[in-house]
Amino acid sequence: MSQYRPMTEEELRERVRKLKAEYNPDRVDMFTFRGAQYDHGLAWVHFPEGYGGLGINPKMQAIVADELRKGVETVYDDLAINPIGIGMGAPTLMTYGSDELKRALLRKCFTGEEIWCQLFSEPGAGSDVAGLATRAVRDGDDWVVNGQKVWTTLAHVAKWGLLVARTNPDVPKHEGLSYFLLDMHSPGVEVRPLYQITGEAEFNEVFLNDVRIPHRYMLGQEGQGWQVAITTLMNERTALGGGSTQKGGGPIQVLMQLWNARPPKRHAPAEAAVLRDRITRLYIESELLRLTALRARAMMRAGNPGPEGSVGKLAQAELYKKIWECGMDVLGEEALVYEPGYALRRPAHEERRDKVLLAKYQFLRSRANSIEGGTSEIMRNILGERVLGLPGEPRTDKGIPWKDIPRGG
Amino acid sequence: MDFAFTPEHEELRQTVRRFLQDRSDEATVRRLMVTEEGFDRATWAQLAEQLGLTALIVPEEFGGSGLGPVELAITMEEMGRTLFCAPYFSTAVLATSVLREAASDAARQELLPAIAAGKKIVAVAWAESPGIWEPADVRLKAQHGRRGWTLTGEKTAVIDGQTADEILVVARTREGLSLFRVSGSADGLQREALPTLDLTRKLARVRFQKTPAECIAASADVEAQLQRAFLLGLVALAAEQAGGAQQCLDMSTQHAKTRWQFGRPIGSFQAIKHRCADMLVAVEFAKSAAYHAAFRAAEGDAGELDAAARMAKSYCSDAFFQVANDTIQVHGGMGFTWEHPAHLYFKRAKSSALLFGDPVHHRDKLAAIIGV
Ligand SMILES: Cc1cc2nc3c(=O)[nH]c(=O)nc-3n(C[C@H](O)[C@H](O)[C@H](O)COP(=O)(O)OP(=O)(O)OC[C@H]3O[C@@H](n4cnc5c(N)ncnc54)[C@H](O)[C@@H]3O)c2cc1C
Repeated sequence: MSQYRPMTEEELRERVRKLKAEYNPDRVDMFTFRGAQYDHGLAWVHFPEGYGGLGINPKMQAIVADELRKGVETVYDDLAINPIGIGMGAPTLMTYGSDELKRALLRKCFTGEEIWCQLFSEPGAGSDVAGLATRAVRDGDDWVVNGQKVWTTLAHVAKWGLLVARTNPDVPKHEGLSYFLLDMHSPGVEVRPLYQITGEAEFNEVFLNDVRIPHRYMLGQEGQGWQVAITTLMNERTALGGGSTQKGGGPIQVLMQLWNARPPKRHAPAEAAVLRDRITRLYIESELLRLTALRARAMMRAGNPGPEGSVGKLAQAELYKKIWECGMDVLGEEALVYEPGYALRRPAHEERRDKVLLAKYQFLRSRANSIEGGTSEIMRNILGERVLGLPGEPRTDKGIPWKDIPRGG
Repeated sequence: MDFAFTPEHEELRQTVRRFLQDRSDEATVRRLMVTEEGFDRATWAQLAEQLGLTALIVPEEFGGSGLGPVELAITMEEMGRTLFCAPYFSTAVLATSVLREAASDAARQELLPAIAAGKKIVAVAWAESPGIWEPADVRLKAQHGRRGWTLTGEKTAVIDGQTADEILVVARTREGLSLFRVSGSADGLQREALPTLDLTRKLARVRFQKTPAECIAASADVEAQLQRAFLLGLVALAAEQAGGAQQCLDMSTQHAKTRWQFGRPIGSFQAIKHRCADMLVAVEFAKSAAYHAAFRAAEGDAGELDAAARMAKSYCSDAFFQVANDTIQVHGGMGFTWEHPAHLYFKRAKSSALLFGDPVHHRDKLAAIIGV
């Protein structure tokens, strides 16, 4: 019944070994290695051949990851390389893009040569993405875009942006949107850093002034932007809610290392007992986050992330915040010093940090976990309504043309 | 592999579910929970003869189905959903595991076929006040005299201890931990049904006064074997808790869709909707914990099982209690009444959380395993 081509685990492993034999990741540079991985169909195994895949069951990707890890130092973390491009852009492009766009963009997306960003949120439209105001007006073969986006992660290094804009203000909000791929180097795109709670600027304001986008860069049909955006958002939540794939890995590992590096002696016995129980609880939840993601994957019909991913997104956001809060309590007065201070700066894309520094940084950074990619409140609405089937909110904007919907200040 | 449920597993689940829909509806649970025995002998016979559930984990050589922890977890989860009143956990899970893991061949030969056929109720007595649940902590002593072994002392929270035909007793001899078999009609055996918080699960205090007992396991391995049986008990209980939690969530969701206030269903209020969403997360995690533990138990790796079982028991205890608690809140005044089933789940949740070691106890053990 599967639409996927059959392939045995051994055949797939052999393919990975062959790739590594020809291109040893410890010897060639990242772009070369990942380019070869793409050409061997090992980027997204469920994508068709010629598009970085083999047309086989996506479950098999785990086998590729496993085999890639063997006997080498260099293992690339996809999501660190190009989180938005790989996590959300590629599946959206695969579903809605033309062959021409797929051929032009997928390979460099996978290698990380071209970083992607997501231009959804606006000052007036965050949780309510469909309420956005950025306008795109057709002019010959182009669309001319004007508006402002905000909180755009990686916009400063991105080559491509996933852009949703309003192409018709006279229909209800979900119907008047269209979805574009924007070349971030186009004239009229201005990116300004936005400094965050950590002192860093991962995200930006993006101003769009008479930016021209050729019509062939539209994904899906005119007015279909919301459906396309849903694909992106679903993939975003799945990407954000999987936890660590390694047993005891991820944030909980750092917390346990911090705890074990600091003998409980420095805490009063009662305090140590409480902290130990807290850490164990967090360990259990981390494990269950990982196991629930495995369960969801085992149940999910391949390739179509459903609302199950949202359990992970909500649970992970709340859990990671608790883990890093606990980290501060483990550190005690050591946590009062915040190296290297709040000197405003743009973070390097791939940065590794000392565990103690990481914990202090993450204490602040993890506040975003319950906001980015959909707030915990929005996730609870989705779980309540789509999974449990509870009635929706009474809507004041239903059926009303977007231009007539009341807006706050 | 994790969570690899087969079509046979699904079928088992459906069979058990259909049976319980029929034989363990709310009215039946309420009727049985106030009787002294606490269960229905005719249903028990059907469960054994038609469904073969009492034989589930009994090895084939003793007339059983020879299935394992995964099938057991599925069955317990379904039983947890309906608060099925029967000596299933005591007899088909605990006693069977203890016999399977630790007992002499002779004892297995005598007891397991009878259990498999649904002909004997067998309880396991290992808990002792205060807070002694783990086999390793057992203190009750057995003496060897002219006429063989006798037991003196007290066990508590013996599930179905009042009705059991036989009681398996974990006790200490000079050699270490051993397993004894005591007939329900033995001299010097005093059984006292305890008035319980959770009416749907019967507990007894059992006193031994020079009570004659047969030693059915005394090797050096007994402690490890009993420990394994204990962990299997935790896994089964965790699955039962996950089932109870799922049922609470279903009741709450159903209610939130149909109860109207202020001109709209209460489920459209975020305070209720969001509570339900948090319950969903807890239920999904509880299932992950219980299934994971069941698969680890099936694999038979003792170290992995130790961690997984303790993780499951502590998480499922907290999750079930939280969800049962929220269920009362979502149901408002109705949820506080005797008529509504919410309190039955709430009481089961707290009592299962405290049975066999509470969440803090198991986290303490887990912390040592994972090196915290
Ligand atoms: C670190 C970070 C990176 C980000 N990166 C990107 C990016 O790359 N691209 C991009 O497009 N966006 C990005 N965002 C934006 C993010 O998607 C939005 O911040 C988010 O969707 C919330 O929108 P908002 O900030 O406008 O908050 P609002 O929508 O104004 O929400 C404010 C509060 O109201 C609550 N609320 C709103 N609506 C409801 C409702 N219906 N029911 C209950 N409560 C509600 C929210 O939960 C929240 O608590 C990023 C955000 C952060 C923090």
